Amino acid sequence: MQDIRVQREPFDAGAEITAFLATVPRSGGVATFIGQVRDFRESGETVHAMTLEHYPGMADRALKALAVDAAQRWPLDGALIIHRYGELHPGEAIVLVATAAAHRGDAFAACEFLMDWLKTKAPFWKKEATSAGTSWVSASAGDDARAERWKD
Amino acid sequence: MSLTVLYFAWVKEKVGCGQETLAPPADVATVAGLMDWLSTLSPGHAAAFADRRLIKSAVDQEHVDHGTALGKAREVAFFPPVTGG
Repeated sequence: MQDIRVQREPFDAGAEITAFLATVPRSGGVATFIGQVRDFRESGETVHAMTLEHYPGMADRALKALAVDAAQRWPLDGALIIHRYGELHPGEAIVLVATAAAHRGDAFAACEFLMDWLKTKAPFWKKEATSAGTSWVSASAGDDARAERWKD
Repeated sequence: MSLTVLYFAWVKEKVGCGQETLAPPADVATVAGLMDWLSTLSPGHAAAFADRRLIKSAVDQEHVDHGTALGKAREVAFFPPVTGG
């Protein structure tokens, strides 16, 4: 089962994980990842807010394609991806990824793969509002390198 | 033939709008050719496309390289490398 959501509204990660677990009774291993808004930038400024812009339609489509790809690489019983857009504040969850499999190895690997590819393929852009003004977040070479590891 | 062109993040800010419906000339055959033509439309467009290495593109909501033929594309989008997650 795949549950892919692109939404403006906040979500309760605990409640979402509990609900996801109920859909995968055959899975012995469930891996989860939560990405949240940090309260600082690498350059030191305090982050007050983060606005996530997205490409409606393509964002949903890209996440679904990633979940299909993950299901072809690992024997998954289910995958959940929730990604927010709009204005968020430090401490708020941006993304939740959960993967369920018979054993933990497949669940961990699929969860990491989904996040690594989401970071380089899903059309979302972060703009940070800090004590020094607002600016678009630059893509990271480290993210590209992590995504590259999963190429065939 | 009308084409929907979308811009996101700082590309949108430089162009000055997020979406426009355009009719490129018939000799605009590729994504790169479309960027060349868009650059002539306004100083904002020219600024947005000044350094193509910073721009990613999608045709009908699939990531593509700049050399990709437009073919029967209905929607082309230009944006910086993605930073979600």
